[in-house]
Amino acid sequence: MHLHPQFLAAVRSCLPVLPGVLTFGAISGVAMVAAGMPYYLAMLMSVLVYAGNAQLAALQLLTSGSPVAIAILAALVINLRFCIYSLSMAPHLAAASPRRRALLSYLLTDNGYAIALRGYERALAAEDKVWYYLGCSAAIWVTWQIGSLTGVLLGTGIPSAWHLEFSIVLTFLGIVVPTIRDRAVAAAACASGITAVLTWHLPLRLGLLIAAAAGIAAGMLTETMLGGSRR
Amino acid sequence: MTAFWLLILGLALASFLPRASFILLFARWPVPAPLQRALRYVPAAVFSAILVPALVLTDGSLHIGLDNPRLLAGILAGAIAWRTRNTLITIVTGMLALHLFGYLVK
Repeated sequence: MHLHPQFLAAVRSCLPVLPGVLTFGAISGVAMVAAGMPYYLAMLMSVLVYAGNAQLAALQLLTSGSPVAIAILAALVINLRFCIYSLSMAPHLAAASPRRRALLSYLLTDNGYAIALRGYERALAAEDKVWYYLGCSAAIWVTWQIGSLTGVLLGTGIPSAWHLEFSIVLTFLGIVVPTIRDRAVAAAACASGITAVLTWHLPLRLGLLIAAAAGIAAGMLTETMLGGSRR
Repeated sequence: MTAFWLLILGLALASFLPRASFILLFARWPVPAPLQRALRYVPAAVFSAILVPALVLTDGSLHIGLDNPRLLAGILAGAIAWRTRNTLITIVTGMLALHLFGYLVK
């Protein structure tokens, strides 16, 4: 079988984040079983939904007595960040057919987006960009599903004293810190972090969206004040 | 059990539609320049909003100090991520630091 070189290059650049993806997948697997889902429904959810943050939030709401509609709405709010990733990725994936773009959409993740974006800092042909994205996404999808299946099978057997959930935070740290290369991006990160803490008590994790908006505004404002030329 | 089926179908839509929004559904919509400028700050803003509360809050209230192992491990891991730009090293050191600081606090 012949795989496109950009597909393989993307898989290689994903390797560092895969342990985090695996762990996060396992955590979501455990959470689904802990919420009372039979293993086949848990795996169906893992494949059809494929959105860890949204799954965890929705399950937490459902098991604490929220109606299904509220759980779905909360997940939608958490997933709104995908609109922004989608907007950002769209020009890079325009070479793919609509049917293929449906698949590429389904595969969009936080990690995949961040790694593809870093990969696109090199000059790549339109077709190569699609392969690169597909490489990241495939590696992350397979790893996630293995992690999820492991979590479903282990069930509640993983000791909570291991604090595996902290590896999610560390994964995000490893992604975001290297992208802070100038004052405007640093301002965005600081403003968003502070706002997220201040708005934490708001329902449906609305604080997440408000904080992201505040961070983006702070970044743009700093860029304008510095003359917009500092990259 | 019906609730789980509804949840799965609802979440599948609530996850696919935002992802497909611009890659598939509104692919021909020309993105305005200010929006393109804003996009540069999206990853830092979104991840920071998830990260910072996870480090500085304990059960929803502010917890800054040497007795918060998550904060200390996070700062160390952040410094390592900054220097090495390597996610795996960041995760491994961060997890080790969390357990070490947790042990010291106890």
